[in-house]
Amino acid sequence: MPSEKEQVLEFLTGKTGKSKFYFSDFCKIFPDKKQREVKKVLTELVNEGKLEFWSSGSTTMYGMTGAGKQKAEED
Amino acid sequence: MAKHQTPLLDQLETGPWPSFVSDIKQEAAHRAANPDGVDYQIPVDCPSDLLGVLELSFKDKETHWKHGGIVGVFGYGGGVIGRYCDQPEMFPGVAHFHTVRLAQPSGKYYTADYLRGIMDIWDLRGSGLTNMHGSTGDIVLLGTTTPQLEEIFFDVTHKMNTDLGGSGGNLRTPADCLGQSRCEFACYDTQDLCHTLTNDYQDELHRPAFPYKFKFKFDGCPNGCVASIARSDFSVIGTWKSDIRIDQDRVKAYVAGEFKPGGGSHAGRDWGKFDIVKEVVDRCPTGCMSYDGAKLSIDNANCTRCMHCINTMPAAVKIGEETGASILLGAKAPILDGAQMSSLLVPFVVVEKPYDEIKEVIENIWDWWMEEGKNRERVGETMKRLSFQKLLEVTNIKAMPQHVKEPRSNPYIFFKEEEVPGGFEHDEAAYRQRHMR
Repeated sequence: MPSEKEQVLEFLTGKTGKSKFYFSDFCKIFPDKKQREVKKVLTELVNEGKLEFWSSGSTTMYGMTGAGKQKAEED
Repeated sequence: MAKHQTPLLDQLETGPWPSFVSDIKQEAAHRAANPDGVDYQIPVDCPSDLLGVLELSFKDKETHWKHGGIVGVFGYGGGVIGRYCDQPEMFPGVAHFHTVRLAQPSGKYYTADYLRGIMDIWDLRGSGLTNMHGSTGDIVLLGTTTPQLEEIFFDVTHKMNTDLGGSGGNLRTPADCLGQSRCEFACYDTQDLCHTLTNDYQDELHRPAFPYKFKFKFDGCPNGCVASIARSDFSVIGTWKSDIRIDQDRVKAYVAGEFKPGGGSHAGRDWGKFDIVKEVVDRCPTGCMSYDGAKLSIDNANCTRCMHCINTMPAAVKIGEETGASILLGAKAPILDGAQMSSLLVPFVVVEKPYDEIKEVIENIWDWWMEEGKNRERVGETMKRLSFQKLLEVTNIKAMPQHVKEPRSNPYIFFKEEEVPGGFEHDEAAYRQRHMR
């Protein structure tokens, strides 16, 4: 059984066609878990530098560090 | 000589009010002159390029900003909003123009030293332009580049003891009125409640896991100086339970003209002699007041806390002694589908440290909304979609008359079978024996 963090990373590297995800998308990976527990898993991944936040100012999403075209803005 | 010609913006300066265009031009000139010898860490001509890109947007009738991004400080999911210009070659000074939100002090009490400290950091590492304050109430620092973000964060937290504010799907920077620090109408200590909840809910403020934004606002009385009923998802408004206190001698003094009504407001014109019946009694929205020429009476059971009599005669009429707050839920002010005011959820709660009763309501609402709320759905929309009755269930609050705006026209609180003695089953045959068709 892969760890919770591995499950999140597996989901993110799977063929979703997207690079940024709503918090609720991660809750679907763990249907039996409380939202706050899922948040702890994501927070750990952010603190490890594996995930990063994307924010429009009004909405926030999570993605793999460096994934998607946003990185290009900074280069 | 201005870097960009801005004829359309110049026109904005000709109006009767102070102009943000003049302000930005002033900052552009100040940065160009640099009288204090600041070692600017972002392009000096940032304010000039801001004017340039705005002029271009006015000309094109299109925005030249791209918003959103991965920028922020490490571990925080809010507080910084990425902004990029889509004409970076024309306007290199605003190629990056990120917004930084800072938590304002409760009640917005500042010292000159504090404001200078913030501006020293912001002149060095940002555009020098601010928005004091944003709609949510925070200090908004407008325009900096990505490499400066961590530096700014370090300086504001270490030198100014100030944290980033909220943005995105977070708890937003809570805001309050001056409360009991200055105001005799305040029914609870708004600043302490605001400060305590800001500290207690740090995780919600900085690490987003909500479907959308969530705002707390704390008004000390129903005058609503921070307009919490219209501008926050969770509005706490001071109120009182016991009777309004009336000093009849002072009422007479108002009638005799010894006190100025409204604390001397609207004094720029002669409105004639103070008429207590016309100006107070007849203005009562529920008609619960009367004045017989000597005594002012209030039918307190029918008072809706409009505050008009208290505001007009503050020396004679005071809030009741048993004070607390009402909690309302679900206000929002979206651009497309119009504003929604908060709905009354808790008619009266005593506001006392450690505020566990209020926190329980908050946390029950969050648990429900995080589970049921759709992406980008405010709690007020979840409440409308799933019913107010559902909200009462999840917050363990019993339905009561104060929850119902108009009985029968919108009976959105229904009984469940187990709540009705005898259930919904009835003996049709026996009924028909007593009642013919």
